[in-house]
Amino acid sequence: MESAKYVSQKVSKTRWRPVSYSSLQQPDVFVTGSWDNEDNKISVWSIGNHGSSGQDDGCEGDPQLICEYKHHGDVLDLQFLDQERIVTASSTGAVTIYRHHQNSQTISVSHQWARAHHYPSDNTPCTGVVCSSPEIITVGEDGRIIVFRADQEGVIRVIENADSSTIHAVTYLRTTEILTVNSIGQLKLWDLRQQSNSPSQILSLSGDRVPLYCVDRHPNQQHIVATGGQDGMLCVWDVRQGNMPSSLMEAHSAEMWEVHFHPTNPDHLFTCSEDGSLLHWETSSHSDMPSFLQGGRNTSLTSRSAMAPAVGNQALISAWLSGDSSKCRLETTHMLPSQTLSVNSLDVLGQCLVCGTDGEAIFVNRQVPV
Amino acid sequence: MEEVDVEPAVTYIPGIRPGNHMGFAWGPGDILVYETLYKASGAKGSGCAFIHMVRKDEDIYSPILRKLFNESHHIFVGLQAIKEDLPSKSKKPQFVSISRNYRSVIRACMEELQQVAVSTKETEMCTQYGNQVSILLAIELIWNLCEVLFIDAAPAGSLLLHLLDWVRLHKADVDEKAKHVLQSDSPVEHNDYWDVVVSYVLQGRLEEARQMLVKQASLQPASRNMYKLMDNLLSKMPFYNPGGTQTLTEFDVKWRNWHEEVDRCLKDNSFASNRHLELICKIILGDEDTLLEHKELLSTWYHFLVTRLLYCHPTVKPTELHFYAQSCMTMFLDSGVPEPLDNILLAAFEFDIHQVIKDCSIALNNWWFVAHLTDLLDHCKLLQSHNLHFGSNLREFLLLEYAAGLFTHHSLWQCAVDYFDHCPEFGRVYLELQIERVPLDTERKALKVLRICEERQMSEQVRSICKIMAMRALRNNRLGSALSWSIRAKDAAFATLISERFLQDYCAKGTFSDLDLIDNLGPAMLLSDRLTFLGKYREFHKLYGEKRFREAAKLLLSLMTAKIAPRSFWMTLLTDALPLLEQKEVIFSADQTYELMFCLEELTSSLNAAAPGTDRPMQEDDIEVTKVELLRLALARNLASAIVKEGTIET
Repeated sequence: MESAKYVSQKVSKTRWRPVSYSSLQQPDVFVTGSWDNEDNKISVWSIGNHGSSGQDDGCEGDPQLICEYKHHGDVLDLQFLDQERIVTASSTGAVTIYRHHQNSQTISVSHQWARAHHYPSDNTPCTGVVCSSPEIITVGEDGRIIVFRADQEGVIRVIENADSSTIHAVTYLRTTEILTVNSIGQLKLWDLRQQSNSPSQILSLSGDRVPLYCVDRHPNQQHIVATGGQDGMLCVWDVRQGNMPSSLMEAHSAEMWEVHFHPTNPDHLFTCSEDGSLLHWETSSHSDMPSFLQGGRNTSLTSRSAMAPAVGNQALISAWLSGDSSKCRLETTHMLPSQTLSVNSLDVLGQCLVCGTDGEAIFVNRQVPV
Repeated sequence: MEEVDVEPAVTYIPGIRPGNHMGFAWGPGDILVYETLYKASGAKGSGCAFIHMVRKDEDIYSPILRKLFNESHHIFVGLQAIKEDLPSKSKKPQFVSISRNYRSVIRACMEELQQVAVSTKETEMCTQYGNQVSILLAIELIWNLCEVLFIDAAPAGSLLLHLLDWVRLHKADVDEKAKHVLQSDSPVEHNDYWDVVVSYVLQGRLEEARQMLVKQASLQPASRNMYKLMDNLLSKMPFYNPGGTQTLTEFDVKWRNWHEEVDRCLKDNSFASNRHLELICKIILGDEDTLLEHKELLSTWYHFLVTRLLYCHPTVKPTELHFYAQSCMTMFLDSGVPEPLDNILLAAFEFDIHQVIKDCSIALNNWWFVAHLTDLLDHCKLLQSHNLHFGSNLREFLLLEYAAGLFTHHSLWQCAVDYFDHCPEFGRVYLELQIERVPLDTERKALKVLRICEERQMSEQVRSICKIMAMRALRNNRLGSALSWSIRAKDAAFATLISERFLQDYCAKGTFSDLDLIDNLGPAMLLSDRLTFLGKYREFHKLYGEKRFREAAKLLLSLMTAKIAPRSFWMTLLTDALPLLEQKEVIFSADQTYELMFCLEELTSSLNAAAPGTDRPMQEDDIEVTKVELLRLALARNLASAIVKEGTIET
């Protein structure tokens, strides 16, 4: 059961603070970034302890503000570098590392690269950041890819003119490979071990060059990547397979802002969009039961297969790639109670889901069925 | 010209001396004011160097009140979605529940403001919060009354019960006092004990009054009979039960009987020895003078009204309310001047909705309340169509004013869009004008604004926004971004401009920049001829690089003959043909060579036609002439080889 918490700022990003995998705890702290305010902020919230049983909801589930700090420019992306440090990408082109001091419950700026992304005579927004401590990689509207290290002052490496259009998002494929998506509908793979300034591979949809806004990699299978873009279609790609996506699914009626595989249960995928909906996708491989006995509860959306997966061991092919709907069952559920303004961001960890909207509301769901 | 309802408020601008002339300019939600140099008499002094921004509505900038705007936006959108085809009767519970939602949002805001007001240390903020709290209190009071009278529209019998609830909700200090009294060592001896009992009786909370009296009774065994009698009377007071089987008339009869019984008790002096109990007896008889003696406990005239109705006319009809309201207000305030709030409530009791809305609009500095209330009342079909001078009806006028005010806010403009959507007559025009003025700092914001425009088929605005973003990208040399914006707007002219840039770059540098873009144009190529040419020309280069000369040659020729290439580029294309012509192997067939010659002739004749009269430097001329000669030579040689080759019979 979800209820909205109104926070007096339009929320552009929300992220759970990571929990150590050894402990079986559910996450209890998340950070939000705001946008379109005269004074933007990053805020740290807590949803309290989980001593009580899952049946209780209500006041104790309400997020409480722990601390906040001002942020110059819109928060266009936000990631946790480690348990204490948060990296943000700003619309002024700055990349900032904040430190959350847990004893005093305050935030301070640990380091900032002020004009990381820029034009010759202007500032330009930094649109995406991804980190794998201590390395931080950012991308921006200026088409640059910049590599930083958290403990070093200067910039480690800049790939100038990596793209002639805006790079909207970036994700790690392997520790030395990243994948970026841009405004002309291309995915580009970059091998950071190489010194050249050109991508090692370019993939794109045939047909209309729809801008892509988000990308996420499958947690276990590094060649599977999901993207979402302006037309609200969810595409799942196999980067080994060359140029085309393996499956295309109609998801939303407007731009898709974020797509996330569930980190520990990758049969589940979450997407959120400008049309105000948040979808939970669940796929399951073909079981021995005949389909007429399976009886799905929710509507299954049409999934069109762009091409058949390569021949190989069928068991190893992820259910996401087989666009053939007779082989896998795909269920989709709306997670928000009613239509809201755009859902800008979501994050899911364990059984907890948090999302932020342009209606200045945050929704937290602590019993996501995964 | 309309008459002015109230005297306009005067605001002093700090820094500008009184008596100096000011200049001003209207903005969407505020005025810019500055001091002019003009002086009526005397020496010119130095003026104030600042421009002041005078804003009427501060509320939208308060972080706590922002929650009010967002939550109520959500409720508003839900309300508009209620289907029109159902009859109003069945929708009433829905409307009542929506009204309650609005009120709970107001109350949540109020509580938060109160908490902050208590915890803040600056006195100025404290007073500001205090003001906001009292305004919200008043708003909730008015809304609640409107809900009772207009939306719920309870008939006689239930009406009084609802009004009782209304008064009880807004007089919370009784419970505070009662808590103090009960927590003290000896509640009966407490100063406020009798105040609490009387307050309970005034609010019709007879159960609680009886419980309090029991404490007194146990300490005064001598007067036990009296207390027992009072307890009896209080317990027997009939309350109308709307869900029960009793009709209103039956209830009325029962009530009158009870009333007579109480009257008898008073008349035979049963309570004469205890002034408190006698007082209570008089109250429950509805004696005006006694009630008026307890003005501090009642504290407001509408409490007085409801109490009086409770104990004199519990079966009051809605249409009779205004008589009692007027007289009660006059009696209670006797010499005092009614405040705006009093007038509004009175107008409500008189069922004059328009007067309520008008008075609220004047009294409050933000259109939030009147806009939402009017919208809800309009859905309940309670507002007659009331033509204003501006042509739209009252509901639309208020919603437009409210939304226009929201649009000036740097962040809340997104909520305002939905309000404009539900103003059928002028909403679209307002939106078209306002949406173009939203500052577009980042691409993401531009995308959201574009989505709003596209969903409403505002193609003008889409084109203009895309053009702004594309120009900005072009200025910063982001050709890929510029192209993606012009694709979105389907702007062929801009796509042509971008292609020109690419071609100019090529001519200047000899190579293409941004190959990742040109190589992957896809169907976007068809947007403009120039773009198609660019894509095909790049393809030609690729074919040449892959040594697929035949195909490259064919493509090159088709670029010229199909007139895809701009005339200015033909020279470059012909020059590109040179290496193909010079190859050992014959690539261009005879026919193709004839076509190339034809193109060359066309080009040179047009150049010659332009030549006379134009001053061109001799050097350029020389280069051009040399090029043409080289081409002619190459073409002739190729033609010869081609004819020979085609004429040779393969043996």
